Amino acid sequence: MKSIRPPLAPTPTKAPTGITGFDEITGGGLPRGRTTLLVGGPGSGKTILSLQFLAHGAQDCKEPGIFVAFEEASTRIVANADSFGWDLAGLLREKKLFFLDAQPKSDLVQSGDFDLGGMLAALEAQTKNMGARRIVFDALDVVLALLPDPAAKRREIYRLHEWLLARELTGIITAKAGGDEASVIQQPFGFMQFMVDCAVILNHSVALGVSHRNLRVQKYRGSGFDENESPFLIGNSGLVVDVARTRVHVDAKVSNERVSSGVERLDTMLGGGYYRGASILITGFSGTAKTTLSAAFAEAACQRGEHTLFVSFDSDYNEVIRNLASVGIGLDRYVKNGCLSMISARSIAGSAESYLVRIKTLAQEHDARCLVIDPVSTWYKSGNDTTAQSVADRLIDWSKSEGITLVCTSLLDEMSNRSESNSPLQISTLADTWIHLNYLVQAGERNRGLSIVKSRGTAHSNQVRELILSDAGVTLADTYTAGGEVLMGTLRWEKERAERVATEAAEAAAKLKRVRLDAEEAELEVRLKSLQTELVAKQVEKALLVRSTQSHEGELSRGRTQMKELRGADATTPAPEVKQP
Amino acid sequence: MTRLAQFKFRLYVAGDAPNSTQAIANLATFCRNHLPDRYEIEVVDVFREPKRALAEGIFMTPTLVALTPPPVRKIVGTLSQTQTVLLALGLLDSAA
Repeated sequence: MKSIRPPLAPTPTKAPTGITGFDEITGGGLPRGRTTLLVGGPGSGKTILSLQFLAHGAQDCKEPGIFVAFEEASTRIVANADSFGWDLAGLLREKKLFFLDAQPKSDLVQSGDFDLGGMLAALEAQTKNMGARRIVFDALDVVLALLPDPAAKRREIYRLHEWLLARELTGIITAKAGGDEASVIQQPFGFMQFMVDCAVILNHSVALGVSHRNLRVQKYRGSGFDENESPFLIGNSGLVVDVARTRVHVDAKVSNERVSSGVERLDTMLGGGYYRGASILITGFSGTAKTTLSAAFAEAACQRGEHTLFVSFDSDYNEVIRNLASVGIGLDRYVKNGCLSMISARSIAGSAESYLVRIKTLAQEHDARCLVIDPVSTWYKSGNDTTAQSVADRLIDWSKSEGITLVCTSLLDEMSNRSESNSPLQISTLADTWIHLNYLVQAGERNRGLSIVKSRGTAHSNQVRELILSDAGVTLADTYTAGGEVLMGTLRWEKERAERVATEAAEAAAKLKRVRLDAEEAELEVRLKSLQTELVAKQVEKALLVRSTQSHEGELSRGRTQMKELRGADATTPAPEVKQP
Repeated sequence: MTRLAQFKFRLYVAGDAPNSTQAIANLATFCRNHLPDRYEIEVVDVFREPKRALAEGIFMTPTLVALTPPPVRKIVGTLSQTQTVLLALGLLDSAA
């Protein structure tokens, strides 16, 4: 659940606890000079929270503190807290911290009523001696249990409270209680909640075998506070409380910068790539190359020199790297040069919240600009529905406010409803870009199809493309549509080949025809020439014929004349002159 | 026992708080009744000597510390229940 309340402004009357998130919930820390009640079941983190409060005060706020241990020996508390790196031993040496062992001895004999006057007198002396400003009474219920009647218990609580108020010490009283609030009230010290100025309830529950921790500020006099349950984790350096970001935070960083998805053609489909700081959801069934696609993004980020965190819930990161190398995605060198941090989150056990807190911490440590979570749907298994949902919400809010580009993959259950909207965590509504990967089974083949379901603020392709994994990397192929069916795989290949063959045949045919036409043309030209020659010959022949005819006629007439002359019988007429042509 | 042991008590009280004044009175009565002429009582006011209380680990008042005879025993409360005190001091058997 998100609060619409703006971030609480810190006020000077608060004592910071130094606990990540807790100071944000309370608007700066615990009420200074007042008493805070911390209730929770066994192992809920009461002692750690109060110890952190003291350590922070002594180390960073110049406020020395006293820890009154009613239950556990101080030496053991110090030893147990050693792993958090607070240097309690150093603070003890410098007299900035003091432990008072007030455990009732097991051989203690009790006869009649008593009070805590002795302890308060001792504390009075110690407070003055070291100038203490903070004090913790850990497990007050232990000593209260020794008091004979409820009236005496009440009297001692009031005595303690008044003493604290009079000295203006910032105090924490811890007490054991069951997880639910009803049982807290029923405790003999239940009225303490009405008396103190601030009450915090720590809860540690187990849902489906997974531990969940959360805390809730129940009351805080004179101050606003986040009233919701906030999950927390006991991390390497103490408590880490996860605060739901407010909307004000989320809208802070909006970028128009595009970052590559690692697949060139996908960038084109998205109109240039993902937006910087956007959250991208990749859904698909098992084996649809979700990891490969997200790894392509990680590789592209590393190529740009951006620090990237890759969280794999599926397999060991060495396996992931090896498997990705087979499709031409070489993450190995980026892991070596420190650009990429690969985390196998299978080894991190816990609730969705603890994953979130861990991922946040890791991302901050690595100074990551890009984050890949593969797959985010694991959270759905490791806790109840609603928690995983709110965790996913907060993950997206957080990455946005940090300007981190987030790629989540989400596994869809193949056995269940195959509809695309069946994303188990309904983060699809929050994600900016949603890419869906699917199998298309066709003609005895399974092929991977990629489509962009949505991409906010970008014009994107509406086409289903075929995702092809090869040694050379990840590419998208155009798909053919034939008779309303998308052709993929071998069918696409066959179609492509058929087209290629058809083109070649057409080209050859055209060439052939041209050659034939050329030949015909040449033949015609030859024929034309020979006919012309023939024509000339015929003309010459004709001319010769005319001349020979004339000369023949001339010869005849000349012969007749000569004959007449020779006979002499007829009067001779001179023969007409034959004109030679 | 031929020679009865000498009892040395130190009673830590918190000023004149009701529990504390009651304890002083109860202890005096107890000693008169059960340990005539073989007891010694030192009353320490933790308000006046808080560092002593701190050093001794006295956090509940009143607290009676029986220093001798050994072992050292601590009894918390107003000492209103005589039987409990007798038992704690190991006096129940010898008194019987």
